[in-house]
Amino acid sequence: MIPRFIRRLAIVLLASTVALATTAAHAARDISIGLQAAITSMDPHYHNLSPNNSMMLHVFEGLIKRDENQKLVPGLATSWKAIDDLTWEFKLRKNVRFHDGSPLTADDVAFTLKRVPNVPNSPSSFATFTKPIVDVKIVDPHTLVFKTATPHVLLPSDLASVMIVSKLHGEKATTEDYNAGKACIGTGPYKYVEFIPNQRVVLKANYGYWGGEEPWDKLTFKILTNAAARVAALLSGDVQMIENVPTSDIAKMEKDKNLSVVSKVSNRVIYVHLNQSTEKSPPFVFDKSGKPMDKNPFRDVRVRKALSMAVNRDAIVDRVMEKKAVPAAQLLPDIFYGTSKKLKPTRFDPEGARKLLAEAGYPNGFSMTLHGPAGRYINDDKVIQALAQFYSRIGIDTKVETFPASVYFNRATNLEFGYMLLGWGTESGEQASAMRSLLATRDPAKGMGVNNRGRYTNPAFDKLLEQALVTMDDKKREGLIQQAAEMVMGEVGLIPLHYEVSTWAAAKGFKYTARTDQYTVATSLKPSK
Amino acid sequence: MTEYIIRRLLQSSLVLVAMSVLVFAGVYAIGNPIELLVNPMADDAERARVIANLGLDKPLWEQYLTFFKGALTGDLGKSFVFNVPAVGLILQKLPATIELALCAMVIAILFGIPLGLWAGLKPDSIAGKTIMAGSILGFSLPTFWVGLLLIMLFSVQLGWLPSNGRGDTVNVLGFEVSFLTADGLSHLFMPALNLALFKLSLIIRLTRAGTREALLQDYVKFARAKGLRASRVVGVHVLKNIMIPIVTVIGLEFGSVIAFAIVTESIFAWPGTGKLLIDSITSLDRPVIVAYLMIIVTLFIVINLVVDILYSVLDPRVRLGQGAGQGAH
Repeated sequence: MIPRFIRRLAIVLLASTVALATTAAHAARDISIGLQAAITSMDPHYHNLSPNNSMMLHVFEGLIKRDENQKLVPGLATSWKAIDDLTWEFKLRKNVRFHDGSPLTADDVAFTLKRVPNVPNSPSSFATFTKPIVDVKIVDPHTLVFKTATPHVLLPSDLASVMIVSKLHGEKATTEDYNAGKACIGTGPYKYVEFIPNQRVVLKANYGYWGGEEPWDKLTFKILTNAAARVAALLSGDVQMIENVPTSDIAKMEKDKNLSVVSKVSNRVIYVHLNQSTEKSPPFVFDKSGKPMDKNPFRDVRVRKALSMAVNRDAIVDRVMEKKAVPAAQLLPDIFYGTSKKLKPTRFDPEGARKLLAEAGYPNGFSMTLHGPAGRYINDDKVIQALAQFYSRIGIDTKVETFPASVYFNRATNLEFGYMLLGWGTESGEQASAMRSLLATRDPAKGMGVNNRGRYTNPAFDKLLEQALVTMDDKKREGLIQQAAEMVMGEVGLIPLHYEVSTWAAAKGFKYTARTDQYTVATSLKPSK
Repeated sequence: MTEYIIRRLLQSSLVLVAMSVLVFAGVYAIGNPIELLVNPMADDAERARVIANLGLDKPLWEQYLTFFKGALTGDLGKSFVFNVPAVGLILQKLPATIELALCAMVIAILFGIPLGLWAGLKPDSIAGKTIMAGSILGFSLPTFWVGLLLIMLFSVQLGWLPSNGRGDTVNVLGFEVSFLTADGLSHLFMPALNLALFKLSLIIRLTRAGTREALLQDYVKFARAKGLRASRVVGVHVLKNIMIPIVTVIGLEFGSVIAFAIVTESIFAWPGTGKLLIDSITSLDRPVIVAYLMIIVTLFIVINLVVDILYSVLDPRVRLGQGAGQGAH
């Protein structure tokens, strides 16, 4: 909404200000944080949405937690192991108490698993994570045994997304009771104080927290959707940290001695799906004269390769993303589980791309419209314009069309486009689940290829992936996932472009440990001295 | 007059129905909220469950009928996103918006009319010219830009005022208001000023034009010739006669200030309905969009009715009820 030059002007003026208001009177241990997106509920099982999940980590905890690199670490469970392919044993941490003082026992965990699929009117349920568990056995107050119907290696990762609630307070509680705070009682480091939708969430410290005391007494999360307002709030000292700093402001803010800017590559890859669902031309793909073609060019691996080689990823990262992105070779940066170090971003080679197109029978190229969302991913509209220019260089006539997210994703799911710019954040932090959703042959009943909007299909790849998903041994499984990734990326099942880098900015005296899951959590914010 | 008011209310309910049909169909045409609501990791069964749960699997006319039946009993549906009644969600935010809009209008009127009068009475003085030049600025500077400048000046440079949010509130007659606390006022000042600037300029220009015209009228000349004090000439003969267009505009603009405080609300993170509407549109939360527009249309209808009644008070020549709404607009 606000033109960039205005924001730039604002930043220039703001940065030149000597008297920064960071000294504004606020008790040192009460802090405010500016968030970009609204929290829709304080019920941890109501809406599976990143801003909610991030907020819930303050009040509730899962059996397993994810650290800032999304590695699984013990949470309310001290240990877990697979007894056989279908049986898992979880040991609970002792001496954990809920905010009301009642102790955490296996009953609470069993109750949580029962509640998750049964939250009325949930717009996006967490049942996906609990569905594989067909039976829960309480061995003793601190030991549980879960049974799955089929081998389910992702169980620990799935359970890291399920927040444990108190049976005592949750049994009769509705989502409204959680929103009002009555039932919003967890084991986490902060307690509920106030939740006003679209405005703010206030939490206070849980001094008896088992994991040790947090440095803050009171947290106020303010919803500041507008990027300029967020930056202004930080500069004026109304908040001590903000998330999602607009890329155009980052360079200036990094030079400001009164601010600390941290960034980290995220689990979100920006990629392109090429619609391979049709025999003939997919929607919006034509020959040079604007007529549909008899063959779908995207079904030819040479065309897909050419479309990947034509893209100068470094230029996109340098110019469009102002260096706040990393060129991508697969679906996750190679610090994550199941990624292959052998895969490197496709080299920019317009001449090679032209040759491949000619080999595939398109010596003069073809014409297509590039479709993408506007405002869903960082600089998405600019990225897609850059892409169009790269393709013009190899002889493809391009048009660009973007839509608001509310329109775009429905149409993309209905396969109304040919060339689709999309993004995917892998919350589980391992590559198998991303490939399963985006690249496996679509089979909704099995949960395969649910978001495979390109309808890429490769039986050999499917077999490898399915094998990986039932291999319990971590090392062996990782090998299989890497092998599958190398196979599918070699065939350009989709075109990976870049990984987004998420950025936080904090006032002087605060230090944020950046996270790959793009979450903003106060437990990662510490005083810098 | 009673008959007139009843007729107006009947017409208004037709407007409301027509509007709800349009909005319903419009939001339906934009797309389906499912893609935005459901986590992309969810499988097709989960998607189907949510679609059925929200009633989106039914044909549009059936969805509308369900809505209409509910609306007759005052239930405009539950928000898709928040799962709470849409009306409740809006009414929770409405006091903040109305407070902001009222303060903006008070600023606009308190400063606009005297300044406009001054500029009209002394058009060639330096003060008069300065006022007019200022009003051009108020007209032409974009709201968000002025808002940012205000934040830079008062929050960042001087550190006097908070840059965002609403301050402490106190409960008056069941409404949370913030203008009675010092903290509340400090939060209120910038957004209210920001929102007022455009209306202020509008009122200045209207008042000035009206004053200039009125000064040439015979009754003003006579009043002067009669030797009346200047203050009486201005206060009674001029001001009262130029009030009709000004009241019309203030009435209409008040509605639009409430409905379109969106930009100001998002820059200052003011927790009002404008921000709620924008968020609801981006997430296609249809019940909230429909309920919001119904409430705003109702507001417009009421304001216009009040303006019409005010006319008859201000100008004895206007009589309500002769002919359908004659002289109403």
